[in-house]
Amino acid sequence: MGGEFTEEADMEVLPSMWPEDIGSEARKQFNMEQPGANRDMLEDVTIKEDPSVVDFKRLLELTNYSEKGSSQLTYLVKHWEYRHTNAVRLLNEELNILSKQRQEVELKKLEILEEHRFEDDKHAGSKRPVSILEEACDVWGRVPRKRNDVAAYNRNLDIDAEYDTAMYWKQRALQLEKMLQETIKREDALMQKLLENIKNLETQSSPVEELSQILKRADNFLHFILQTAPVVIGHQDKELRYRFIYNHFPRLEEEDIIGKTDEEIFSGAGVKEIQDFKREVLERGSPAKREIKFDTPLFGSKTFLIYVEPVFSKAGDTIGVNYMGMDVTDQVARRERMAKLREEIAVQKAKETELNKTIHITEETMRAKQMLATMSHEIRSPLTGVVGMAEILGTTKLDREQRQLLDVMLSSGDLVLQLINDILDLSKVESGAMKLEDTKFRPREVVRHVLQTAAASLKKELMLEGHVADDVPVEVIGDVLRIRQILTNLISNAIKFTHEGKVGINLHAVSKQCPGCQERHNQGLTAALQSTRLAKENSSETQSYIDRESSHCSTCQNNLDQNSTEKHHLTNEDTEKHNQQYEKIVWLRCEVYDTGIGIPEKALPSLFKKYMQASADHARKYGGTGLGLAICKQLVELMGGNLTVTSKEHCGSTFTFVLPCKVPSKRENSDDHDENEAISDSEITADSSSDEINGSFVFKPLTRGTLFSSDGSMVCKTKLFGSSMLDALHISNGLSESDSYSSNDCTSRKRLSSDRVSAISDAKKMQAEPKGPAQQSLGHNVNDFGRINKRDEGCQDSTNGFVMHKFDSSIMDSSRTQRNTGLQQGKMASSERANMAESVKSLPTCQSPTHEKEDTCMSDGSSFKILLVEDNKINVMVAQSMMRQLGHRIDVVNNGLEAIRALQRSHYDLIFMDVCMPVMDGMQATRLIRSFEENGYWDASVTNGNDHTMTSSDSLTHGPDAGQSRKRIPIIAMTANSLAESAADCLANGMDSFVSKPVTFQNLKQCLKQYLPC
Amino acid sequence: MLGLGAARLEADMNRLMALLFHQGVLDEQFMQLQQLQDESSPNFVSEVISIYFRESEKLLKNLRSLLLRADRECTDYTKIGIHLNQLMGSSSSIGAKRVRTVCLAFRAASEHSNWSGCLRSLEVLEHEYCYLKTKLHELFQMEQHRVMAAGARYHPALS
Repeated sequence: MGGEFTEEADMEVLPSMWPEDIGSEARKQFNMEQPGANRDMLEDVTIKEDPSVVDFKRLLELTNYSEKGSSQLTYLVKHWEYRHTNAVRLLNEELNILSKQRQEVELKKLEILEEHRFEDDKHAGSKRPVSILEEACDVWGRVPRKRNDVAAYNRNLDIDAEYDTAMYWKQRALQLEKMLQETIKREDALMQKLLENIKNLETQSSPVEELSQILKRADNFLHFILQTAPVVIGHQDKELRYRFIYNHFPRLEEEDIIGKTDEEIFSGAGVKEIQDFKREVLERGSPAKREIKFDTPLFGSKTFLIYVEPVFSKAGDTIGVNYMGMDVTDQVARRERMAKLREEIAVQKAKETELNKTIHITEETMRAKQMLATMSHEIRSPLTGVVGMAEILGTTKLDREQRQLLDVMLSSGDLVLQLINDILDLSKVESGAMKLEDTKFRPREVVRHVLQTAAASLKKELMLEGHVADDVPVEVIGDVLRIRQILTNLISNAIKFTHEGKVGINLHAVSKQCPGCQERHNQGLTAALQSTRLAKENSSETQSYIDRESSHCSTCQNNLDQNSTEKHHLTNEDTEKHNQQYEKIVWLRCEVYDTGIGIPEKALPSLFKKYMQASADHARKYGGTGLGLAICKQLVELMGGNLTVTSKEHCGSTFTFVLPCKVPSKRENSDDHDENEAISDSEITADSSSDEINGSFVFKPLTRGTLFSSDGSMVCKTKLFGSSMLDALHISNGLSESDSYSSNDCTSRKRLSSDRVSAISDAKKMQAEPKGPAQQSLGHNVNDFGRINKRDEGCQDSTNGFVMHKFDSSIMDSSRTQRNTGLQQGKMASSERANMAESVKSLPTCQSPTHEKEDTCMSDGSSFKILLVEDNKINVMVAQSMMRQLGHRIDVVNNGLEAIRALQRSHYDLIFMDVCMPVMDGMQATRLIRSFEENGYWDASVTNGNDHTMTSSDSLTHGPDAGQSRKRIPIIAMTANSLAESAADCLANGMDSFVSKPVTFQNLKQCLKQYLPC
Repeated sequence: MLGLGAARLEADMNRLMALLFHQGVLDEQFMQLQQLQDESSPNFVSEVISIYFRESEKLLKNLRSLLLRADRECTDYTKIGIHLNQLMGSSSSIGAKRVRTVCLAFRAASEHSNWSGCLRSLEVLEHEYCYLKTKLHELFQMEQHRVMAAGARYHPALS
């Protein structure tokens, strides 16, 4: 056949049996080892009986019809033909060789015959040898006739065979005859063998056998490879019926699969998809891969990577598909997990950056707020100096123009101060540093006081009214300072924007709150708690906070007076009990209404925003910072309530806030009952105003013009004092408002001593008291009481944190107060001038005129013994040195325990006590000292520091000489971290006051002056 | 000549003080301290300050060792707080305003158990402390020279 095959055959290489048309020749996909030397390689491998199922008929069809099949078949046939050609060729060659041999043999025979003839000739007569035997000899017939060379050979023989004798030739001929016969025999055997071979050849190599052998081998290899591979291989016909399937995980029998489609075999998710996919491939005629998720009852949830390729017929039509599937469930799961993880990581990262950003922003904001607070504080300090000085300037002799200028200066200063205070408050609330301090208070009194204060500074013809409903409890617990602040703010707003008519407060209890509100309240409470904690942390604010505290202390001192008894009571109760006591909560609804200009509707939304006023016009006309309402709202929300507003332009506005307040438990009420009754009794007797008990107050517009009376008439107007002072004022028309307030310098003190509980309405006034006579005696028109109040606040602030806080002087240290009162009264009696000097001196900023006097006064008191309890060496040195310069000698101990030892050894007139100390801190030491003062012995007192009962023990020891061992030693705390609570703690632990560190000359002097009467 | 030197030194001192006040390194409390110095205690300020430095150095060392212990989790913030209170107390007593301010920040960080914040604060604190120390040393040196110069000048008058 073809020449190439011959070549290949010469090299004796058999090509692999795998169809060549799979892929290009360059890379055979299916290379198989030659059977032979290592033939038994596969025998070691046990091949499981095939899990594949074949439809043989179909295979036949396929080989017949499909292109691939037919080409495969063609190749096989070619191969078979080639092999046989090869065999034929070999046989021919052998035949050739044999015929050659035969020729040689015949030649030999001819030679022999020639010789033989010659012999005969000789033997028969000397005749000329003629080849006569030629025709008779059969041998010739066997020689192929057509051979010319044989004829030539014969001729040669003829020529050579002329010599020798006849005998010799005869013998020779016989021998040759034998040889010839042997050769013929051999030839026959060869012939036979040849025939045999041909026969063998015919029987042995049938093409089917060889094909199937090779196929089997390939099959074995395939099985070997595929036996553990998680793959499914299959062939499906045009209708997608299975014709062949190899499945590593056989679950179904042959009859279940062959001839059926996927949809008929399986059910569940993915089956339809694979069916569609196969169909698609079938239609498109190009192979494709796809991942398909199955969820079938047969093999559960698995993901397969499916490869489908179309199978074409010779005509180019698709007649089916081959497909291969691999289980990639794990990979897919892993991949998905990875993707998920990656996604999560990305999200996490995004979150992180977001968080970082937020943190950054928050930090920035906090810093900005702190900065604001600090700056406000920093501005306030010098400003208070300016205002204070201006005020002192006001006490000197000025002409009319100068006074006007000074008034402008003062009011501007007040405005700036107010603004800064507002900013401070706001930033404190916003930064969470605002702390709510729960105290017991009487809502009726708060309302009354707020109205009174407002009325006192009222410059308009307005009616101020207040109504407290009967359902409002007599006492509630809340942050009275803040509530007052809110009320005062709202009232002053109302007054500011009201030109005629009335302004008032309605207070009543709201019985049932919706659950949302309740929840909100709870949140509010927790928020308040948190803010309490925050207050501690926000240390940079503490300084300013204390300043605020101090001013609040002064503004609400009477509240403290009023509440301090309870407070003491509380602090000495078990804390647990304390918590249990306040479970009942009442919601107080407070409305502040006016008949003023109202608020346009469009301005309502921005009303509570910072620095916002209803309009620019208003801002110009009415002034103000626009912070008041924002603060109110924030405060109310901080307390867990809410603030709303309704308004009608030109008719008035109503601001309503609802606040949750705890109600003290009944048990405690009954505890305090006596005291309460005593208080209300005294109030009734003092006021003789049944209106107030009902909770209604009216402050009518005052007739003006008789505000100032002569200097002489102001001194003792004791009868004016009732709690509804303005009513009283109104009745006693001859007397002016400022008169009554200013003249209380002595009377108020009398009142303090006689009835300490129903104290003067507002501590502001108390602060203002000493001012009053001074100004009046100088004949100045100071008719704005509110301004004085503010200015006094300013004065206190200007002392920059070293203000002495006289906590609760009437109760805790009544004996001393009385002593003071006595002293002061005496002085007043002796000379009004001296009184004035004294009161001026008591103002912190007014040191310049009386400086020398003070110093001499101090050096007079060098006989006093002062104990300094302080562990910091530097502080000790400084304080010691200062004391020395002030003319006092002090003993120094390093902690609370040593302080107690020192006290046991000797008597001291004053103790300066550091709060934070090793071994025993100032608080504990103070508690122990107070307990000792009360009980007279040191030890058992450690646990029950019942300070509040001091009032009773104090009331026994009136004079400075009485009960010396039990005398209450003034203890002044020295705190570095002047937090609000440490001020409260000082008070609660029985300290009289505190100075904030670092100690300065000023606050030491102040302190000594207050607690060491010279 | 020497008298002129004294005057110049005094001017320099005032300038330095003004600078320190302006920078907020010192505050009025330092003035208070100076007021406490008189004939009976001529070296009061420098005595107090040197004690302050001695104490503060100890405190700073303690703070550093507390903060840089092996395990960050177990940092004793209470102890740090105590040390800081000490340092703050004495700093405010001598009027070292900026040191005190940094202490405040430090304490805030320690109250939050914010380790990195603490470390940052400590570094700032050490920096501030060093600055204060150098400047005050400078000041005292000038003071010494001034006293010497003044003494040289006024000595004959006094004797």
